[in-house]
Amino acid sequence: MIISNLEVIPGKRIQQHLGLVQGSSVRAKHIGRDFMAGLKNIFGGELRGYTELLQESREEATQRMLAQATAVGANAVLNVRFSTSSVATGAAELFVYGTAVILE
Amino acid sequence: MVDLIIFIVLLFLGYGFGRAAEASHYKSIRKRERFLNRIPAIASRIPPYGEPNFDSQLVSGNVVISVDYFKRFSATLRNFFGGRVTSYESLLDRARREAVLRMKQEARSLGATMVFNIKFETASIHKGNGNTIGSIEVLAYGTALIPNNIEVAHTANLMR
Repeated sequence: MIISNLEVIPGKRIQQHLGLVQGSSVRAKHIGRDFMAGLKNIFGGELRGYTELLQESREEATQRMLAQATAVGANAVLNVRFSTSSVATGAAELFVYGTAVILE
Repeated sequence: MVDLIIFIVLLFLGYGFGRAAEASHYKSIRKRERFLNRIPAIASRIPPYGEPNFDSQLVSGNVVISVDYFKRFSATLRNFFGGRVTSYESLLDRARREAVLRMKQEARSLGATMVFNIKFETASIHKGNGNTIGSIEVLAYGTALIPNNIEVAHTANLMR
């Protein structure tokens, strides 16, 4: 499965468009991480816990998108975009979407 | 009185540790940028024509950086007088450059020669007291073009 945020893949022709596929994941932070973040808010610096948390949930969202793409029989997802929104205090939604296609 | 002392102590702590963190972060960013300059990040949507010998794969890099007490205080002051909020500008600059570096690092480990269609996504994920920004997340992503045989890798190297 090829994932790309380009509209075309160099050297490959799109045989069929299968429409939009998407995946999302809503995650909440936990108290331990929040406490560390509170400290870091005084001293500054990177919040590694949050970086990992967001990375993991983005991967999960991507996996869900790929599962959808496989279900419709695609072999590539093109023009992929990421989007982040905070749905409630302390929870964020990571959303990823793209076009499922069959490449030659 | 106690509140005032705590405030001043926090302000000094934020100033000291925050500046040290920023200086060392900038130093490491500049060092890695020189190293990763060989992999250009291109914001164009259209991949190079007549280049069928590339594999493509999505690469991304993200980072969450927190403000410090002093930065937040100086930004609050700025709210009275207006003007550029330099303390937040450097924060965002650091986060964006770091995210691009992590993305390029992933591209490099895949053996890519360039990264196309760079997109940024910025979010303030943790609101601090009084709705001020607690920390920001920057995600950078793009499509890594990986030469799929030795000759292509060689010409791509010559082209640079």
